[in-house]
Amino acid sequence: MATGGKPGWNWLLWAGFALSVIAFLSYFAFFVEFPSTRNFPWANLLLFAIAAGLLSTGIRRAFQRRQGYRGKIFGPILAGLSALIFGFFVFAIFVAARYMPASAAAPRVGATAPEFTLTDSDNKPVSLANLLTQPIGEAAPKGVMLVFYRGYW
Amino acid sequence: MAAISVDPPDASRNLRAQRGYTYTFLSDQDAAVIKRYDLLHPKAGPDEHDVARPAEFLIDPSGTVRWVNLTESYWIRPTPEQLLQATNALR
Repeated sequence: MATGGKPGWNWLLWAGFALSVIAFLSYFAFFVEFPSTRNFPWANLLLFAIAAGLLSTGIRRAFQRRQGYRGKIFGPILAGLSALIFGFFVFAIFVAARYMPASAAAPRVGATAPEFTLTDSDNKPVSLANLLTQPIGEAAPKGVMLVFYRGYW
Repeated sequence: MAAISVDPPDASRNLRAQRGYTYTFLSDQDAAVIKRYDLLHPKAGPDEHDVARPAEFLIDPSGTVRWVNLTESYWIRPTPEQLLQATNALR
């Protein structure tokens, strides 16, 4: 690589920083779609680990081969920013997402589910009783799975 | 299976069309049913909108709750396999 004269471009630092940004965004844009990469974000943690490897190698060569590579100042800056992104990711996934209501009064196993009537996506009223009695094809339903979700707004 | 949220019906209609979901989507825009099930997560949506915390209930034809899942993190949801396994309780 660069020997003598102007120090060479230390692409490892920029690649490491860019990968940190990708590791953060790709969870929400892509990996959240699949149960195997959403429930535990191993793919994103792996990307962060690779980013950390690129950054540390880049910083090491910036300091050890002073004539060889740039990055003695912006290397630590990019590494610091990447660490902040990683910290925010860990906080968002493992800490903030656990602040939820206790739901102590939610119906328990063996209780009678509270009856309701709501509007479906065709603006038609649908009750819990409808869901439990309206035949699916020919057969009577064996039950219903109610899935409450946050919504896409 | 029925999915319940504070989304308006037209938002659910778009979501079903976009994603190809075939099960029922129900709109609880004033969160009345979400409150009755004690699942309200106040101000957790955009613009401090009240939303439901994620939760799943399996109800048998007599109206009795047979299985409940209250996740501890909103990024962790049951897998399709876990939901199918839960429905074995109905046979």
